[in-house]
Amino acid sequence: MRAVAVLAAELTKIRTVRSTGWTLTSGFVVCVGFAALVGLSFRNGPSDPQRYFDPLFATFYSLTLGQLALVAFAVLVVSGEYHSGTIRASLAAVPRRGLFYGGKLVAGALVVSVVSLVTVVVTFVVAQPALGPRKTSLGADGVPQAMVGAWLYLMLICLFAMGVAAMLRSSALSLGILIPLLLLNSQGLGNIPKVKTVAQFLPDQAGWVIMHLAGPPDDPRWARAYGPWTGLGIVALWAVAALVGGYLVLRRRDA
Amino acid sequence: MATETDNLRGLPAFRPVPSLVPVIHVHNLSKRYGSTVAVDGISFTVRPGQVTGFLGPNGAGKSTTMRMMLDLERPSGGQVLIGDTHYRRLPEPLRRVGALLEAGAVHPGRSAYHHLLWLAQSNRIPKARVREVLELVGLTGVARKRVKGYSLGMGQRLGIAAALLGDPPVLLFDEPVNGLDPEGVRWIRNLMKGLAAEGRTVFVSSHLMSEMALTAEHLIVIGRGRLLADTTVRDFIEAHARSYVRIRTPEPERMRDALTAAGIPVQQAADGALESPGAEAAKIGELAAANGLTVHEVSTQTATLEEAFMRLTGDTVEYRALGGQR
Repeated sequence: MRAVAVLAAELTKIRTVRSTGWTLTSGFVVCVGFAALVGLSFRNGPSDPQRYFDPLFATFYSLTLGQLALVAFAVLVVSGEYHSGTIRASLAAVPRRGLFYGGKLVAGALVVSVVSLVTVVVTFVVAQPALGPRKTSLGADGVPQAMVGAWLYLMLICLFAMGVAAMLRSSALSLGILIPLLLLNSQGLGNIPKVKTVAQFLPDQAGWVIMHLAGPPDDPRWARAYGPWTGLGIVALWAVAALVGGYLVLRRRDA
Repeated sequence: MATETDNLRGLPAFRPVPSLVPVIHVHNLSKRYGSTVAVDGISFTVRPGQVTGFLGPNGAGKSTTMRMMLDLERPSGGQVLIGDTHYRRLPEPLRRVGALLEAGAVHPGRSAYHHLLWLAQSNRIPKARVREVLELVGLTGVARKRVKGYSLGMGQRLGIAAALLGDPPVLLFDEPVNGLDPEGVRWIRNLMKGLAAEGRTVFVSSHLMSEMALTAEHLIVIGRGRLLADTTVRDFIEAHARSYVRIRTPEPERMRDALTAAGIPVQQAADGALESPGAEAAKIGELAAANGLTVHEVSTQTATLEEAFMRLTGDTVEYRALGGQR
């Protein structure tokens, strides 16, 4: 019963600040809009049958950008407590750190799960007509797995971000680490052969296999040391590690 | 409605305070930040039915102590008990302890109504109570506006509304009059007295002795983290705010001898004048005449409470202005 009350309070907090609206909306718009653009640009590509083409890559590539807005939302859910001093009111109202932290994480995860589910589905639905002749369909091999994977990935990466924010207790610091990690790493590090050996285990990279963003799995240049679900498991491990770290910081440090 | 809102806080007059109002026990409490000692092993008890003032200069450790009461900071030693329970174990703490903390702990982008709403939800306090406390602190008109645009005084009122939300038997106010206009100061003073008169435990910090003299019945005085006094306000005033006679004369040596011979205590003030604590001006005047002494001034001075407080905490002020100039 107490947990339900705390969850309701945390949902109210999320609902009553403006940043929630603009981060989630821009995340959705970037994912869907960019998926349409990518789809259109691949639509009339060379239809060389020898050449590797994965419609799911074109469909979900936009998530690598859109996730930044969702991550910003996740960070603000946690760090908004600190830069405003609300944390003191929050802990005075719910002094048991575990209960407060759990309520906040569940509230954030609930919102992200709904928004990312809608985002993944709409992104897929919008990308297919844009791809035209090169489109895929819901029933095609690997598509349901990729969609579920994308949904879970977005949730896990947001939980990871909430853990990081709980450890660092600052929006600027958290975003300063997460955005380069998610953006620069994806665009750069993952493609450098030597660095890839390690970089493939970074939280975002590990989620790429299941979303078909990691490139042709048969090509040694792109091959990963793990499969799609193991990759998602690696993201989950990152999330758990960050969340445990955040909990320890909350418990040990003064508000 | 009018008949229901006729007491001090505009709340229904018959709102019984739970018969067992908790006492706050502070036991051997200390807090260190690295090598800095903010609170140094203080013990005291805050009792119900009266306003207890928590007095000390800035940096004395008042806010740190209050944050430890709410378990926002972990003590380096000792503990605080609300009744017989640690704050962290109170199931719905806002219904037991209400607190106004320094510098509004409110997200600037949220409205007053929504701030109070999530607080109420977290402790299963009925939603209707949110409107009630907003009305009570006079924020109803701006309740839907974002807190960002509030004045200091409005922010303070919101903090007070949050403290009263759970109608708690124990109330902690950290510097509540900061930023309030004179009317607001009077309002909060009466509010605190009214809450205490209902049998609640009211603990209020301030760095202003004069404010405490008007509000509190009991005083806990700290300086540099140490307990300096735990006494009633009346005893504090009697003990510390004594009067003395100030004497200026071109012949201070002879005057001093005459006074000493007559058994009147005397000491030299910083500006060269003489001071006789507890003496009567008339008697000193007569003494001067009898000895043929010229005097330029014989006047009775009463040390203000503020001076008494300064004297008590004089050695413990953390940040003293350099050169004695202010």
